[in-house]
Parts: sequence; C-alpha cells; structure tokens
Amino acid sequence: MSVREVAAQAYREALPALSASVVGGLFAGVVLGGMRAELRAVPGLLVLVPALLATRGNVYGSLGARLSTGLHQGLVEPAFEFDDRVAAAVAAALGNGILASLFASVVAFLVLELLAASVAPLSTLLAIALVAGLLSGIALTVAVVSVVFVGFRRGYNPDTLVGPLVTTTGDVFGISFLLLAVRLVLALGGM
Amino acid sequence: MQTEWSVRAITRATLPVLLVLTVVEIGSGLVLGSFEATLLTYPSLLTLVPVTIGTAGNLGSVLAARLSTAFHLGTLSFDPGDDQLAGNAVATIALALTIFPVVGAGAWLLSLALGNARLPLLTVVGVALASGAALAVVAIAVTLVATYAAYRFELDPDDVVIPVVTNACDVLGVVVLFAVVQVLV
Repeated sequence: MSVREVAAQAYREALPALSASVVGGLFAGVVLGGMRAELRAVPGLLVLVPALLATRGNVYGSLGARLSTGLHQGLVEPAFEFDDRVAAAVAAALGNGILASLFASVVAFLVLELLAASVAPLSTLLAIALVAGLLSGIALTVAVVSVVFVGFRRGYNPDTLVGPLVTTTGDVFGISFLLLAVRLVLALGGM
Repeated sequence: MQTEWSVRAITRATLPVLLVLTVVEIGSGLVLGSFEATLLTYPSLLTLVPVTIGTAGNLGSVLAARLSTAFHLGTLSFDPGDDQLAGNAVATIALALTIFPVVGAGAWLLSLALGNARLPLLTVVGVALASGAALAVVAIAVTLVATYAAYRFELDPDDVVIPVVTNACDVLGVVVLFAVVQVLV
C-alpha cells in the first residue's frame, strides 16, 4: 500500500471512535466548566482531575480488555449471572480504582503542601476520591460489562468496543460523579 | 503470560503500573493547577481541558495500536521512508486537524449556551487548533519512541506502548494547552 492509501484507511477507521470520544470529552468539559464554585471551594481538586479521569480509563479499559479476552477464550460466558471469574475481575477493578484514587489524593496533597500551595485538608480530598471512585466505578462496571456481553452476543468483536466506550463514558461518569462527590462531601463536612 | 482470574493476581499485575501512572498524571494536574486562575476566568478554556487530554491520548493510542499490529504482522520497519509509518503519521496529523477545530467550536458553543462565553469564537478555535496540531506531532514522536523502545527491549508493544503513550499524551496535552493559552489568550 502507498503512503496515501495507508493514511486514508487509518483516517477512515479512527474518525468515528475519536468523534464519539470528543462528544464525551466536551460533555465532561461542560460539567467541569460548571464546577468552578467547587474548584474554588476545594483547592487542589483541579490537580486531581487528570489523575482521577486517567484512573477510570486505565482500570476499566483493562477490565474491558480482560472480559473480552475471557469471552474469546471461552473462560467467561456472556450471561448476566454470578460468575467467580467476572466477580473477581470486577472486584479487582473497583478495589484498584479506589486505591489509585486515594493514592492520587495523598500524592497531590503532599506535593501541594511541599510547594506551599493552598490545598484542602487531606481528609476532604480522600473523602471526595473515595466517593467519586466508588460511584463512577459502579457506573463504569455496569457500562463495560453490559456493552461487552451484549456486543459479544450480537457478534461484535468486544475488543473494538472497549476503547471508545471507556474513553467516552470514563470522562462523562468520571467528571459527573466527581461533581456529585464534591457536593456530598462539602454538604456533609459543613465546609 | 496470562493473568489468573483472581483479585490478588489481577491486582499484582495492574496496581504497580496504575500507581506509577497516577503519579505521572498528578504532574499534569500540577500544570493545570499552575494556570487555574486563567481557567476559572474563562470557562470555555476549562471546557477544553478533558476533551484535549482525551483526544491527545486517543490519537496516540490509535497510532500505537496500528503500529503495534503492523509490527506483529511484520509489515513495519523503522525506516523514515516506510509506508506504514509515514501513512499512519500523516493520518494522525489529518485527524488532529479535522477534530480540534470542531472541539474548539463545540466548547465555545456550549459555553455560549450556558451564558459564559467570555472569549471570542476565533480565540477558542485557535487555541484548540494550535494545541491539536502540536499534539499530533507530540503523539507521533512519543509513539515512535515507545514502539521502537519496546522493539529493542523485546517487549510486546501491546502491553507496554499503549498505556505509556496514552498517559504521556494526557500529560503533554495539558502542557501544550498551557503553552498555547500563554501565547494566544
């Protein structure tokens, strides 16, 4: 194939998935743009945003890839019933996602303290990371498991569904539940 | 190497990398934090943040996945004149130049709809397009270096290159956005 043909094919194949993730990204951006009051109320929250969004993408992208491999190998049945393997994969994703979010809060807090920048109390950041990690994790688990299973049953290759699905819903759920978590923590913490 | 389907085995295989990537992402958060005042003043720019990061990472991961497949099929050589290499690089730039102006216009329109468009349309589109063009070049450079490194160290590019490229492009996405905002806004 010539350079031109390779380029044209790569462009055609990538454009739909990229466009879908742009829609998700813009929605997440609107929520972030509407979060200015919360960002001002919790100094250091903006520093956490990329880490929290990336964690959603990394953890649930890997869950999707694992389920998809399991389906291809016949280790996992695409049925919505209790299954040891699926339960272990989901529990690991939830646990690792929450651990990474808590870890991100601690790192952000320590670095900002070290730089003598203004930062909210560590307990506030940890509470926000915990609630946001748990809620977005549940939502993403439901989205990933259902799309991968239903897609597989209808004859799609789940490998090609996981990437665009997780980049789009990861941003949307990630930011929306972050906003919800901040509001909850601020309301309960009486800040 | 297949990971066993237990919480312990999956955690052992994924958590260390996840924590390292989290530290890298905090780096990009610190860059965002350094121009927080500008972002909070202009909501259109804040709206651009997740989509710029995400699209930069996606451009890199699409390129990495394609090069990685070409590499496995044995159709890729690390020669600047290689058709696969050049064609995919051209496609990455074309994708960035198509998508980022739409991203800019979308962010501006959404801000307008919410009644807080404080920057002119052309500035927001300009910021998005300039960031996108720079990011396409960055994504190509990072992907080539990571794919070549995987090849030299005899690692499977599927395991290593995609997470490295996606997260590196995330971070560089924020750095590029910061630089462009400093120049254009």
